[in-house]
Amino acid sequence: MSMNRRQFLGLSGAAVAAATLAPGLRLIELAQARSPEEATTSLHRWGLLIDSSKCADGCTSCVSACADENGIQSHSRPATDAQWIRKVTLKDKQSGHVQTLPLMCQHCAEPPCVDVCPTGASFKRADGIVLVDKHICIGCRYCMMACPYKARSFIHEVTTGQKAHAPRGKGTVESCTLCVHKVDRGDGSTACADACKKEGHQAILFGDLKDPASEISKRLASQPSTQLRADLKLNTGVRYQGI
Amino acid sequence: MRTVNLLRILTSLVLATGLALASFSSLAHEKEAHATGKSGRVPMPVLNINTDKGDKCVQPEDIMRRDHMKFILHQRDKTMHEGIRTTQYSLKNCIDCHADVKTGSVLGKDGFCESCHRYAAVQLDCFECHSALRDASVLKNGAATAPPSAVRALNVSQKKASEPAKGMKP
Repeated sequence: MSMNRRQFLGLSGAAVAAATLAPGLRLIELAQARSPEEATTSLHRWGLLIDSSKCADGCTSCVSACADENGIQSHSRPATDAQWIRKVTLKDKQSGHVQTLPLMCQHCAEPPCVDVCPTGASFKRADGIVLVDKHICIGCRYCMMACPYKARSFIHEVTTGQKAHAPRGKGTVESCTLCVHKVDRGDGSTACADACKKEGHQAILFGDLKDPASEISKRLASQPSTQLRADLKLNTGVRYQGI
Repeated sequence: MRTVNLLRILTSLVLATGLALASFSSLAHEKEAHATGKSGRVPMPVLNINTDKGDKCVQPEDIMRRDHMKFILHQRDKTMHEGIRTTQYSLKNCIDCHADVKTGSVLGKDGFCESCHRYAAVQLDCFECHSALRDASVLKNGAATAPPSAVRALNVSQKKASEPAKGMKP
């Protein structure tokens, strides 16, 4: 069957109309779990929304959950131990108001760590997750210097007991992967968000920033939120509320 | 002049017998090694693997012997950069079958990967970062899997033992 340009355009228009019933309501849902053989696409952008007003002072369940999930072990040397997520305490000097918040890789849309990487090891996946390809990483640590959030760690020591889904090795740089193995599995959550929910704080919300129907997008659209160091115009995937 | 020639002939004769004897003894040694499954200098690779999923690898053996690293390398980039997590050529899939039935690891004296890579004198870098242990849930019959700490200790001792072989890049 041959089809001229006009017929083709008409048909494809009808197909688009059929797939979209109303704004925000689609026949073909974007948030469907990907099958293992499908590559990630830019139809999604994964991110976190962190409400620091719900983050409890002294609670570190997100930090320990991250360590458990990704097999991060302490060598009892805090200066050099790997740290994918850390609790930061903010204090207003005038009022004395203290609040805490979890800080991790902000999964920037314009990541400085990717800009400076000399080997291409630091990269951003199509779905917005910023990762280190440790096969290519030479451990130069330029990315650690470039990151305004101090989100990356260098592995100084021989590692043992790694998780099968989170390989880690001496001489490479690493940071929060946004639990990429869980994302690829279609879990729809991260270890830190799960732990925070379990503690009953619900300060961390994981979701698809590009899906207008997702809870994270709805909250971002209806409530005020900020990016850390918004002046750098990095368009972070991790957003904060209550600071 | 004549004495010099005689001396020469004598030395060559002694050398020839020596060489013949040496080659004979090494031949006998090799035969013995094959019979016992051990080699004189380098231990033979060990194949003591989990056959729950069948006894066929993902490709015929001759292809796997030559090209297993090509498959893994290709898969590595696909998984890392595109998030494609098919299991056919994934390292995890290799380990789930090929890990030693007793230790649950592909490393160690009887580990499939390490014993063969040692035999072939090819350095094995994967497990500096990747876990060498089988997912415990894979074994159907619940065969004994050593506690991770024991295997870790084994890995470290093996690493120390194999250190002099470093620099032997493929």
